Amino acid sequence: MNADRPQERRVTRERFRELIEERWPTVVHSIVDLANATIELDCPRRLLRELCQGLFHDFDLAFAGLTVEEDASEWKLRYVFYGDGEAGWVHVLARAPLDDTRFPSIVESVHAADWHERVAEDLYGLQFEGHPRLGDFVLHDDVWQEGVEPMRRGFDAEAAMHQRQPNTDWRPVRVVEESGAFVMPIGPKFSGVTESVHFLLETVGEDVIRTSTRRYYKWRAIEKLAEGKSAADALLLAERFAATTAFAHGFAYCRAAEAIAGTVVPPRARLLRVLLAELERLRHHAGAIQEICESCAFAVASSHAGIVEEDLLRASGQLTGHRYLFGVLAPGGLACDLTTPACRTTLAQAQEARIALGALLRELSISSSFLDRLEEVGVIPLRTARAYSLVGPVARASSYLRDLRRARPYPGYEDLEFDVPSEEEGDGYARLRLLFSEAEQSVRIIEQVVARLPEGPVRAPFEPPGGGALGWVEAPRGGTFAWLRLDASGVVVRYRPVTPSFINWHAFQLGAEKFAFQDFPIILSTFDLSVAENDL
Amino acid sequence: MSEWVIKGLVAGIRTTVYPKAPERAPGTTPGFPAGGEFGRGASELASRCPTGALAARGGTIDVDERRCIHCYRCVRGVERPLGWDRGYEWATQAHSREGLATGSERPALGRPYRKSIHVIVVDAGDCGACLNEVRQLNNPYYNMHRLGFFVTPTPRHADVLLVVGPVTDHMRVALRKIYDAMPTPKCVVAVGACALSGGVFAGSFTCKRGVADVLPVEVEVPGNPPPPLAILHGLLVAAGRAAPARRRGVPEDGEATAASRASAGAGE
Ligand code: SF4
Repeated sequence: MNADRPQERRVTRERFRELIEERWPTVVHSIVDLANATIELDCPRRLLRELCQGLFHDFDLAFAGLTVEEDASEWKLRYVFYGDGEAGWVHVLARAPLDDTRFPSIVESVHAADWHERVAEDLYGLQFEGHPRLGDFVLHDDVWQEGVEPMRRGFDAEAAMHQRQPNTDWRPVRVVEESGAFVMPIGPKFSGVTESVHFLLETVGEDVIRTSTRRYYKWRAIEKLAEGKSAADALLLAERFAATTAFAHGFAYCRAAEAIAGTVVPPRARLLRVLLAELERLRHHAGAIQEICESCAFAVASSHAGIVEEDLLRASGQLTGHRYLFGVLAPGGLACDLTTPACRTTLAQAQEARIALGALLRELSISSSFLDRLEEVGVIPLRTARAYSLVGPVARASSYLRDLRRARPYPGYEDLEFDVPSEEEGDGYARLRLLFSEAEQSVRIIEQVVARLPEGPVRAPFEPPGGGALGWVEAPRGGTFAWLRLDASGVVVRYRPVTPSFINWHAFQLGAEKFAFQDFPIILSTFDLSVAENDL
Repeated sequence: MSEWVIKGLVAGIRTTVYPKAPERAPGTTPGFPAGGEFGRGASELASRCPTGALAARGGTIDVDERRCIHCYRCVRGVERPLGWDRGYEWATQAHSREGLATGSERPALGRPYRKSIHVIVVDAGDCGACLNEVRQLNNPYYNMHRLGFFVTPTPRHADVLLVVGPVTDHMRVALRKIYDAMPTPKCVVAVGACALSGGVFAGSFTCKRGVADVLPVEVEVPGNPPPPLAILHGLLVAAGRAAPARRRGVPEDGEATAASRASAGAGE
């Protein structure tokens, strides 16, 4: 452990409560959910900044996300921190009456909260005092006029549509102010088969000095769409907003719904969910490897990885009927059983993929012209990973280790043996290697699952009372969260996904600083970012 | 680098036999619910569909593939499931909402374009799955180059505009600009349930209900997402090299059934 890390790290829950009590006596704390180990800290607004700063820096708790809820009488802002030790999740709650929309910004000390506050400002019209840069974010300023607050309760979409005054004079913010500096815009449509996103590369000639991104071209407002749907219907959205990792998002959603209802998922379904989640990770990683090879214009390697990806898509289709695993999940378990022989076939297919990937890695690691393009590009130092609370392979390739399957085990994963691989360099090659080692661990997990799959039902009755809960899952790109609130009749009041791509896009600009133009696609591919996951 | 050559040779040929012969490998297609005679309980079953893809006429069930989002509610958790079709040649020539489409089986682009077509792929808000299936067309299994299809990043070289996603507000202008920048003749291929009906995003205030709300669509490829083979079929239809599928639930003369016309009209 680093000598400069604070002492409070990894305290027990009791000790954590004592420390909070000593330092902030006016903060009311309560344990809300023992099973999921959550501590709620009810914090007066004037203390918010200090408390969050203390949690982030002195207790070294990473920031997981901010969820805004507008209930009948007040604003509820929920700042979620990872409690990696025994302490469990730490939720900081800040409230205010509905007519008062001012909250202190915590960005100055918790930089990871930057985009979360910008989203809340845009969608709810909240004011975060002290935030350095608000404005054009989710709602594009050249399409929507100011003052449209779509997530507010009384929002009238019809009216908003009619009063729109698109602003054609809008220009993105530029930072580099040297003589001869110019901006190279890329996107939203660029390159061959890519998601829509816009990049501004600021340059004075040869090298790119700074990159900024503009996202939300694909904003479908799924949080708004989910409101008023039944818990089962909102699952359709959870699976489909970013379907390259559909199962993980659906899984997190179901876990939130089941936490509200207190549903215990039957043992067979628990393990089958693990199998499907790992199959998805394996397939996703093969795809991510293919994209990295392709970005380096390495056609043979890209073809080989592409074969593995398609093999696994077919394996998924063969096992569940759907290549992206739609329609298998249901709140309470699974919508259908998967036979044990079918799971054995999947295992054999996963093992074949492991052999193919292993061979590919061996060849790649001696192809020096390929490595030259990946090494030392897009470096993310550990310091940055921590400041941005990064997640997933991107974080772990900078030795910032957190894997929710290990840090906060959820049903199915408790007794499984697997490693959480890590790399130190934080560059493109480290991220590539990490994808390979994680894929190997996924096969290891599938082996154990198939060996110990119990018989029995796959679905428990699901009858949710009203309430709110957080569901979390380690998705292929990193930790993904679903904050869900249902009313007494089981209808969705609030569904807020916080996805790994949303977190990691935030740090992308730091990996894309001071580089040569031709490296841009390579840096982008090694970050393995989904736009759909960000744009919601 | 010689190892790579050997590795390539050892891997052998993986490419699908389609379109010369049908592809039968498992897991290449999710299939679609099969409509037809169902008997008693047809309307109950149809009412399980979250997107209105199923319509019961007496004991018969019609399936509107453009709306189906593969939720499997009509087959899982029911006593008597709907039948299921395992095909993938799903692409139809559009019967667009505004009546823009010809309805004829004349190839959209004309004979000179049969053997070499440049495709520009635009993501107008998809979830990533349709796009990922389009990506698969470049891998050795599908290798669309062998059929004369090439992806181009610029509209100036494109003959076909392949659009995925429901068309979000923020992408509408870009999509229109790309279409306008393409030389004529041009052909729009809409891929996926979202591009055809809005899919699960239909009803969002930030989306259209598919590409036909913005551009004249010539070829429709249903599926959520359509597998690579279905997209390939769509491109072949655009090139006039494959016969389009006949939409079930639509009588021979090309007239939409009253039910599907009424629901399509509710688009805006
Ligand atoms: S699988 Fe398709 S047709 Fe069947 S219920 Fe779901 S959306 Fe409707």
